[in-house]
Amino acid sequence: MGAPLQAAAPASLLRAQALTKRFGTTLALDALDLEIAAGEFFALLGGSGSGKSTLLRIIAGFEAPDAGRLLLDGHDIVAMPPWARPVNMMFQSYALFPHMSVADNIAYGLRRARVSRAEAASRVAAALTMVGLEGFGARRPHQLSGGQKQRVALARSLVMRPRLLLLDEPLGALDAGLRERTGFELRALQRATGAAFVMVTHDQEEALALADRVAVLDAGRVAQVGTPRAIYERPASRFVARFLGAANVLEGRAAPGRFDSPEAGACFAGDIPDGTAAVALRPERIRVAPGATGMNTAAGVVEEVAFRGDDSLLLVRLAGGATLRVAHAEEDGAPPARGAPVSLAWEADAIVALPA
Amino acid sequence: MTRRLLLAPVAAWLLVFVAAPAAILLAIALAEADPGVPPFRLALAAAGFSMLVADAYYLDALLSALGVAAMTALLCLALGYPMAIGIARAAPRRRVLLLAALMLPFWTGFLLRVGAWIGLLRDEGWINGMLRAAGIIEAPLPLLYTDGAMLAGMVHAYLPFAVLPLFAALLRLDPTLAEAAADLGARPPVVFLTVTLPATLPAATAGFLLVFIPAAGEFVIPELMGPPEAQLVGRVLWQEFFQNRDWPVAAALAVALLALLLVPIRLFQRIEARP
Repeated sequence: MGAPLQAAAPASLLRAQALTKRFGTTLALDALDLEIAAGEFFALLGGSGSGKSTLLRIIAGFEAPDAGRLLLDGHDIVAMPPWARPVNMMFQSYALFPHMSVADNIAYGLRRARVSRAEAASRVAAALTMVGLEGFGARRPHQLSGGQKQRVALARSLVMRPRLLLLDEPLGALDAGLRERTGFELRALQRATGAAFVMVTHDQEEALALADRVAVLDAGRVAQVGTPRAIYERPASRFVARFLGAANVLEGRAAPGRFDSPEAGACFAGDIPDGTAAVALRPERIRVAPGATGMNTAAGVVEEVAFRGDDSLLLVRLAGGATLRVAHAEEDGAPPARGAPVSLAWEADAIVALPA
Repeated sequence: MTRRLLLAPVAAWLLVFVAAPAAILLAIALAEADPGVPPFRLALAAAGFSMLVADAYYLDALLSALGVAAMTALLCLALGYPMAIGIARAAPRRRVLLLAALMLPFWTGFLLRVGAWIGLLRDEGWINGMLRAAGIIEAPLPLLYTDGAMLAGMVHAYLPFAVLPLFAALLRLDPTLAEAAADLGARPPVVFLTVTLPATLPAATAGFLLVFIPAAGEFVIPELMGPPEAQLVGRVLWQEFFQNRDWPVAAALAVALLALLLVPIRLFQRIEARP
């Protein structure tokens, strides 16, 4: 058989085409298109009900889409049962088999694949070393801490040498102190194995910090795909800007070269294309500027001040009624007090025009 | 003090309905048979127990009863697992219906159900009647009074005792365990054997014993549906008590059965105690 004429680009590992899934009357996936490259760390970011978990379960084979295609290396795998797919998943609950030792848990998939006992033993030992759990093979899951369970679950998936590893909220069950370290370890493992990691998360910081590319999902569709920096700096819609959480989104009306926002009581001047529905403004791009007036300034009253270490977060109630989040850097001196009137200013290039 | 007050009714119950009858049973088992009323004379004769040892008939009755009970319990588990898995996986509203369907037969009388089986299986019964009407057979098949009929009746009578603990355990079982096994390459039968079954083993053991223990002493179903040569301990007990009026032998047999049943109960407790 020759290669299909319209084969996916060599880098494309997984391609979802118009994937649709309904649960009763709820549309979990709405003709979703997505492409994941070999060897990349990809994050599916979304709130509950965004369809991110449904997508992961469809890739793993636990759910069948109502319509659409799912191509792995150019072959449709929709009809392939989960046990036949060359894809492995790390579950949010870890799903370690409670009646088996750590080593038996990790060897489970190798046994199913009829790998010889000797080879299985050496691969299990290597997997335990890889996740830093040498000597834990004889333990039972209930004797492990949460972080150790997470590593066993990871080792159990990675020992299968999948080209695509699915991770469902991999850091979700860990406490805050362990998250950052485990996140870096995940990245290191992903680079070391060369597998594509597809991670589902509702935590935007986690997605931005770990992934090469992020897809923000909203109501079963991809709202935006891109590198973390691109998504952070140039959100494509109000939804993405709000979901990433950090940006101020201000509604208003576009006029040639400017954007009037009554709710801010401010005029934005800069690169404002026709059809701009709202603008996003990052808190750290806004500065307190006593006496500033005119374009790209606003006046308001400080409602709250929260000290965050290297900066203070101010909530400023603007004249138009909207509340603006402003990051006030420590090196700019003491932040204004609660209740103080302030003038704010920003540069034209800080404005992100949002088309939708 | 309140603790003692709360426990007092339990203790009284155990004393009156468990300890006292057991003591009386043991006393009769050790007594001497006597053709009077009551048909024994208290003594430390242990004649009943020597009869049990002397006559292989009694040991056979005990062992075949345990064999039939074990067979019944295993069949109940074999049927019960798919049923329990089906009920546990059903949507909550359907689940209630399925559980009701499982329990419904048990709201009709036990003897009525045995009678229904007899009506189905006897020579002029429904099954033979239909097979004959369809021209498949000429002479009726001997269905009733066979080991098969006895087992069918026993399994039907005890099935819920196996299904309910399995259902409860399967409901508690994390469904992602089976998904993780499938994800790692296990087909559904392998998932069952390597994950579902081991993870629900305590419940399976409980279901087995809940069937096995009452089935070991079962009298009515072997008597009404089983072959005449199936001299199980329940039937032998009945004959010794009511036909031969040899109460010491009957009581000794009952004590021996109880002692034998303590072994699997003890085993079960050890499985339960495992982490």
